[in-house]
Amino acid sequence: MPSGFTREQVTAIAALAQLELNDAELDLFARQLGDILEAADEVQRVDTTGVPPTASVVRRHASDRADEVRPCLDRDEALANAPDPAPEAGLFKVPRVIG
Amino acid sequence: MMTAATLRGVRDEVRARSRSATEVCREALGRIAALDPQLHAFNTVTADAALARAEAIDRDPDRWRDAPLAGVPVALKDNLCTRGVRTTASSRVLQSFVPPYSATVVDRLEAAGAIVLGKTNCDEFAMGSSNENSAFGPVRNPWALERIPGGSSGGSAAAVASNLTPLALGSDTGGSIRQPAALCGVVGLKPTYGRVSRYGLIAFGSSLDQIGPITRTAYDAAVALSVIAGADPADATSAPEPVPDYAAGLTGDIGRARIGVPRRLLEQGVDADVSRAIDAALDVLRSRGATLVDIDLPHAKYAIPVYYLVATAEASSNLARYDGVRYGYRAPAAKDQSLRTMYGQTRAQGFGPEVKRRIMLGTYVLSAGYYDAYYLKAQQVRTLILRDYDEAFGPAGSGGGVDVVAMPTSPTTAFPIGERVSDPIQMYLADVFTVSANLAGLPAISVPCGFTAERLPVGLQMTGRRFDEATLLRLADAYERDTEWSKQLPPIATR
Repeated sequence: MPSGFTREQVTAIAALAQLELNDAELDLFARQLGDILEAADEVQRVDTTGVPPTASVVRRHASDRADEVRPCLDRDEALANAPDPAPEAGLFKVPRVIG
Repeated sequence: MMTAATLRGVRDEVRARSRSATEVCREALGRIAALDPQLHAFNTVTADAALARAEAIDRDPDRWRDAPLAGVPVALKDNLCTRGVRTTASSRVLQSFVPPYSATVVDRLEAAGAIVLGKTNCDEFAMGSSNENSAFGPVRNPWALERIPGGSSGGSAAAVASNLTPLALGSDTGGSIRQPAALCGVVGLKPTYGRVSRYGLIAFGSSLDQIGPITRTAYDAAVALSVIAGADPADATSAPEPVPDYAAGLTGDIGRARIGVPRRLLEQGVDADVSRAIDAALDVLRSRGATLVDIDLPHAKYAIPVYYLVATAEASSNLARYDGVRYGYRAPAAKDQSLRTMYGQTRAQGFGPEVKRRIMLGTYVLSAGYYDAYYLKAQQVRTLILRDYDEAFGPAGSGGGVDVVAMPTSPTTAFPIGERVSDPIQMYLADVFTVSANLAGLPAISVPCGFTAERLPVGLQMTGRRFDEATLLRLADAYERDTEWSKQLPPIATR
């Protein structure tokens, strides 16, 4: 879908990305995403019949470690950066989800 | 006249006790205080901790006598986690984030005797080629303050170029170590994917990201790489290959190195004075015994679109974690704010325009109905780019292929601040020669190779075989022996 996104399309992508965009951003990205994908369109001309995709270039992995319990991040430390922690309960608080 | 401090020089002086680590550290902090208000290379300077550590090293000389980085100041790109020290990735969303752990590279540097001076400015989440995407304002190029230093590791490159530190670490997803190194006139090395642990690096494109050194000389990069490289149980993609003593291999002898030059790729879009500097550099290497070979990388011209499809897809996934729950910024609570509204507002307020643009693009190319046409297609062309390089290098030990591929690091020199901010496609073209090494997972180095008439630095890029950083460093070091570029300091640093 090169060249030009509608505002509705951009709104749908923003919803998937959990981004609340304002009108100016919706218009800007409608134009720029279209322009970028149009510039990227040349890859469509490459014949890739039978070519496997490369998701990772790793050829030799470090060996797996034994699956045993080891020390991990302390709970207080894990909560130290939380915007709304509940240290006594050991929880991260979020806005009400249920009714 | 002021001369540039090197890692090797500082380390040798501290080990010989002809200078104390404290004296070195005080001097570096003094230069930062004097110059950084103009450069804005640092987001955070950890002066007290640095001095305390320098004093501790001075108190225990026996322990550090053989340490490879004894008393060496280091600046860390602000996307590398440092326990107890604010780590922002130059983003509003992480502006108060204090990591509970350090990146593996930070632990390794400190175990080798290095002293962390602070955290350097960069493009937000390492997304950018000019440093203008930092939430805290751009870094300035030490050679021309009205110009960009390159990105995304612009603060690290500017700090080394202006003699604030002999060593900095950057991260490189599509050129973010090499391009700022080139534009600031210093050495930048992106190791082979897997050579250096990514544990504690704030993720951008996980199949592309690597951490590497920015230094004044190839020798210094070699010492730093030997310290930070090697397998790490905390990063499953780190490689088990043994780590050589890279510095020990720097003898000036490059044997009959074969240097591939992809002439056809370089026919268009390269500034004339950049081309001239590259040709002159290749002549220097030829007089040292290297053979220049014309090669073809037929799919390299697709590297930019492939990169921006793959990297944004990975970024959109990696940055999903910034949701205002466990750490980082959260949008202020509003009446009847739902969880989803909180997510959306947090991310809208926390991310800057380029990060939003890339999250949007990445979300789109991964979305149902478009995945095959964009993301899968890009991954297939990525395979072809990788095969081009494999073919140029030839089978290991065959002697038929080239040892390195040489080209400019950047098609232009540093451009003026503001020139490309409103045109993302133009900005992305800055990475045209750097992204292939990330897509193929290959090591690549940028070495200063001259100046334009306007006194702006040019960088020569060499890309090598997987895990053959040794050859890159040997060629870079040999080139430095015949030239004076690595000794040049920008005017701001000589006053």
